[in-house]
Amino acid sequence: MSLSFLIPAVILLAGAAAANVLRNLVHSVLALTLSFAGFALLYLGLGAEFLGLVQLLVYVGAVAVLIVFTVLLTGGGIAGERHVLSPRWFQGFVLAGVVFLLLGYGIVKSAHTAHAPTTTATYPVAHVGDLLVTGYALPLEVLGVLLTAATIGGVVLAIREPQGSEPQGSGSGDAE
Amino acid sequence: MTPLVCYLLLSALAFAAGLALAVTRRNAILVLAGVELMLNAANLNFLAFWRFSPHPEALTGFFFVMFSIAVAAAEAAIGLALILAIFRQTRTINIDQIEQLKG
Repeated sequence: MSLSFLIPAVILLAGAAAANVLRNLVHSVLALTLSFAGFALLYLGLGAEFLGLVQLLVYVGAVAVLIVFTVLLTGGGIAGERHVLSPRWFQGFVLAGVVFLLLGYGIVKSAHTAHAPTTTATYPVAHVGDLLVTGYALPLEVLGVLLTAATIGGVVLAIREPQGSEPQGSGSGDAE
Repeated sequence: MTPLVCYLLLSALAFAAGLALAVTRRNAILVLAGVELMLNAANLNFLAFWRFSPHPEALTGFFFVMFSIAVAAAEAAIGLALILAIFRQTRTINIDQIEQLKG
């Protein structure tokens, strides 16, 4: 186990654990952002530089900001709510623990399939771009349509209705 | 180089943390955030298997993660817009109090 794995792993798990423990909504989301940054560091360590940067841009940059915006628009971070956990929170944590134990059991039992990576070569962005417009051209086009539909759908859902009761809450979902 | 098992176990831990966040919180925003964390854990699995595969030069897992990130971004935008729409209707995003589909 190398340091380039341990440091991102600690950042990731600390962020994820803090997101579960912290009571304040904004603090929780910020801890989650830290965990997303840990994922980006892991991607860099795995030799996927492009994806690491994409993860940083999309998750730390866009999704986290989008979530914080929604928190602010719904006034979530202000009021000190007394009950942040659902009534059956204990079963929830037990469920998560059982899922982890099952996954871990499966992983450890099949550990003999793991071997060292065949090559440590990294793949330049030019190679990624070449493949993206040749072999993966159709998925890319479909993705473009999906993102357009998502942008329009987000605006339609979040736009203020004409007969809206209060002047507040004019959110838009197109910040991606 | 770190063995594959470490990546898989880390990913399983992150998945469990996301699941715990999604099922224990009352706030709909944090439920969505927990789902995002679970998606990221799955992405880490894809990248780890890609790195340890016999033919990493095909970049298969790499592209799967790339498209997955794009779809997840769209999902986050739509999900948060839905939460905003629900908040405008019911003035709450506590998922214990949102109990009717009729707007």
